[in-house]
Amino acid sequence: MTLTTGQAIASIAVMSVVTFLTRAMPFILFDRGGRPPEIVLFLGRVLPPAVIAMLIVYCMKGISFATPAGWVPALLASGTAVLLHLWKGNDLLSIFGATVLYMVLVQGVFG
Amino acid sequence: MGCTKNMNRKTLAAAFPVTVPVLMGYLAIGMAFGLMLQSIGYGVVWAFFMSLTIYAGSGQYLGVSLLATGASLPQVAFLTLMVNFRHLVYGLSLLEKFRGMGPRKLYMIFSLTDETYALLSSAKAPEGVDEHDFYFTVALLDHSYWILGSVLGSLVGAALGFDTTGVDFAMTALFLVIAVGQWKAAGSHLPVLLGGAATLVSLLLVGEENMLLPALGIIVLALTLLRPHLEGTSVRKNEKKQEVAS
Repeated sequence: MTLTTGQAIASIAVMSVVTFLTRAMPFILFDRGGRPPEIVLFLGRVLPPAVIAMLIVYCMKGISFATPAGWVPALLASGTAVLLHLWKGNDLLSIFGATVLYMVLVQGVFG
Repeated sequence: MGCTKNMNRKTLAAAFPVTVPVLMGYLAIGMAFGLMLQSIGYGVVWAFFMSLTIYAGSGQYLGVSLLATGASLPQVAFLTLMVNFRHLVYGLSLLEKFRGMGPRKLYMIFSLTDETYALLSSAKAPEGVDEHDFYFTVALLDHSYWILGSVLGSLVGAALGFDTTGVDFAMTALFLVIAVGQWKAAGSHLPVLLGGAATLVSLLLVGEENMLLPALGIIVLALTLLRPHLEGTSVRKNEKKQEVAS
């Protein structure tokens, strides 16, 4: 463990407060009635997909093309997640199928 | 007292079946979280309190990597905000539903995960069940499944002690699954493509450490500039939806 117990508790408290605030923001700003400004509604519609794409790239940042072990497991497991989800549309199956495949690849095949 | 108890039982009987899909999902995703947390040396007490106080799937997966790398508090705050960004809009469509819930409203807002949001926006309280009691019970059940799942995952991880290398890919897979769902529902695919491209550019320019803030800046700026074009596509999609609904 890199953090002390106190630091870990502080990190968790920050995560908790920030998560609550993101959920509470619409209620804090717009619960008095009235319609939110158009630009807010627009960004509310188009930002979430862009941010998810951003986070996917962020998750992949550790990929290295120096050796096959650096990128093949992530590529195969990502492809599996997407294809499984397009095929069955079951969150669990997609997430678990891809994660188990990834674990097998990094531990066994490329380990 | 007896009357209240009957009412609660009736509400529970109405709410439980609605939450069964979430039960399955949260047990599984929660267990993966418990395993991940166990694999970096944080045991069942940590899993319990994180799931009790944070209560966010992708947020807690990210939390594991933040704890593992010893991220600074500003970094923790920024990344948690990023990962929860989509939650900013959920409340907009629930303002009406939560009105008049009194102190329970705070809990409703706290517990507004993707799954609870999906249930609350679609499910209706059956005849004879107070709708606010119904919403509250759904939210409470979902939260308890999540805590149960993470505690189980942590205990299983500690008991079996198998090699969990690579279990962190669950976070990537979760985002991919969300992206596929959004891709299918979207009127325009420009936002998601732009988000990916902007982040890639930012990664190449400023590197892994500080990539997210510039990426977000480019995304917001580009989307705002492209608004006239994007409004057209999403409005068309919304009109189509309304026709189907009516």
